[in-house]
Amino acid sequence: MYLELIIILVLLSYLRRTVQRDGSDPVLLQRINIATAISITLLAVSGFLSNKHGLGAWPTHAFALLVLYVGFKEPRFKQARSLFYAVLPIVFIGITDDLVRLLAPRFHADYRDFFQTASVFGFVWLFAMWFIVQRQRKALDKERKIALEREKDLQLTEKIKAELEVQVADRTAALTQQKQELENTITELKAAQAQLVQAEKMASLGELTAGIAHEIQNPLNFVNNFSELNTELIAEMLGELQNGNADEARAIAADIAENEKKINHHGKRADAIVKGMLQHSRNSTGQKEPTDINALADEYLRLAYHGLRAKDKTFNAQMKTDFDSNLGKVSVVPQDMGRVLLNLITNAFYAVNQKKAEMAKQAGASYEPTVTVITRRYANKVEITVKDNGNGIPPALLDKIYQPFFTTKPTGQGTGLGLSMSYDIVTKMHGGEIKVDNRVNEGASFIITLPA
Amino acid sequence: MKILVVDDELDVKALFEQRFRKEIRNGLVNFAFAFSGEEALQYLEQYGHEAVLILSDINMPGMSGLELLDKIKHGQLQPIPIVMMITAYGDEENFKAAKRLGADDFLTKPVDFTVLKEKLKITPNG
Repeated sequence: MYLELIIILVLLSYLRRTVQRDGSDPVLLQRINIATAISITLLAVSGFLSNKHGLGAWPTHAFALLVLYVGFKEPRFKQARSLFYAVLPIVFIGITDDLVRLLAPRFHADYRDFFQTASVFGFVWLFAMWFIVQRQRKALDKERKIALEREKDLQLTEKIKAELEVQVADRTAALTQQKQELENTITELKAAQAQLVQAEKMASLGELTAGIAHEIQNPLNFVNNFSELNTELIAEMLGELQNGNADEARAIAADIAENEKKINHHGKRADAIVKGMLQHSRNSTGQKEPTDINALADEYLRLAYHGLRAKDKTFNAQMKTDFDSNLGKVSVVPQDMGRVLLNLITNAFYAVNQKKAEMAKQAGASYEPTVTVITRRYANKVEITVKDNGNGIPPALLDKIYQPFFTTKPTGQGTGLGLSMSYDIVTKMHGGEIKVDNRVNEGASFIITLPA
Repeated sequence: MKILVVDDELDVKALFEQRFRKEIRNGLVNFAFAFSGEEALQYLEQYGHEAVLILSDINMPGMSGLELLDKIKHGQLQPIPIVMMITAYGDEENFKAAKRLGADDFLTKPVDFTVLKEKLKITPNG
């Protein structure tokens, strides 16, 4: 009987702990407290109760059954149900023992050993169950702890993830801004490049202006002179006619006709020069048209020569041409191909001028600065070569010459865009090729190949 | 008087021959033409004594007028011919260089034939 109450007390205290751990429910806790109080009271008063025929044990049995029943029904003790199973047999054996002792005392006395053995089994059951439950609980606790830690880890991971997301967002924003800035820079650079290309064009036009002036002056002189002469000749012719010298008059008329041809020729020459200048300064139409490459090369050779002469009075060089008379017309954009030729020829003149200055310092050295333009017709292509007998290109610089802004000229004298633009015009615009045959100390030849 | 005219423009020949047609007809003057400095030197080496006056364009490809002047005035030619230089209008630098090299007279471009005739002291119709 005492044992039964103590077991109930232990069970109650275990339940209380469970309730407290799961977040104490005050109603449930109160009930447990009441049950505990009753147990203690029963424990205290059982000593005074008559134990004759075991009657004194009945309140305890009733109470124990009540606790077990209520506890078993309570859903919140579902997990602790195995404990009720553990306690149930011993309570049941106690009740059976007392019931048999009350109803059949003799039988009870005869089978006393049997009941005692049953009690022992009840205890064994109780401890075994208790042991298993404890182990289960420990395993459960462990799992719960692990789950809790996992939960913590997960929360930590979530937190880190959130922080990372913020960082990523920040970084993305920064990168987007940088990208925008770079795009703006590129736009600005493109605009600057366009301006530089235009500036280069204007710079080369400046170089050309003096050459153009010189080139225009000569034909205009002829136009003026021959037209003045024709006026004189006509007066003479009229005089001869009046004197009846028809043969003399005819001879003069033939001279006049000859002069008219010259006037026309030089007029056209001036016209072509002006047109060439306009073409050079005008934005390229990008329209390819059949072009006399020999005439174009000759024109720019002269313009480049006189342009340089005008800038530097001491400048002088031989300009030679070796034109293939069977070249025919080649489909090119004349303004742009003219710029290429002008660039190559100006460079060639620059190179021979440099070498001339060097040679002048050496006593006894003889040097004839020469720039040659050669054209050749092949089966399905034409070749234009601009050759100089300067010092050639230093081999270390060879792979840089087509880079934009690369120049060996002193600051302010070269834009460094000439060859770069020439390269683009020949390769991208005309599907041609530009290569250099470089001989150190002997000169360089730039060879343009165009499909034709 | 035999005059060697040096210029790289081929039509200079026709121009001079017509401008001086009366003088040529009258035998007052006789022209020879060279279209480069090199050609002029060759001519002078061959017929040196005949050429008494050279009109040379300074601005010529190859040997320039100034180089030619230098070679004529400081070379082997005897007697040293008179050299008249043609310079572009306002080209002080070349004017001074030509003077230093011993040019005897100057004309500016475009050539004024009346002035040239006066300088040559040839009067039309004898």
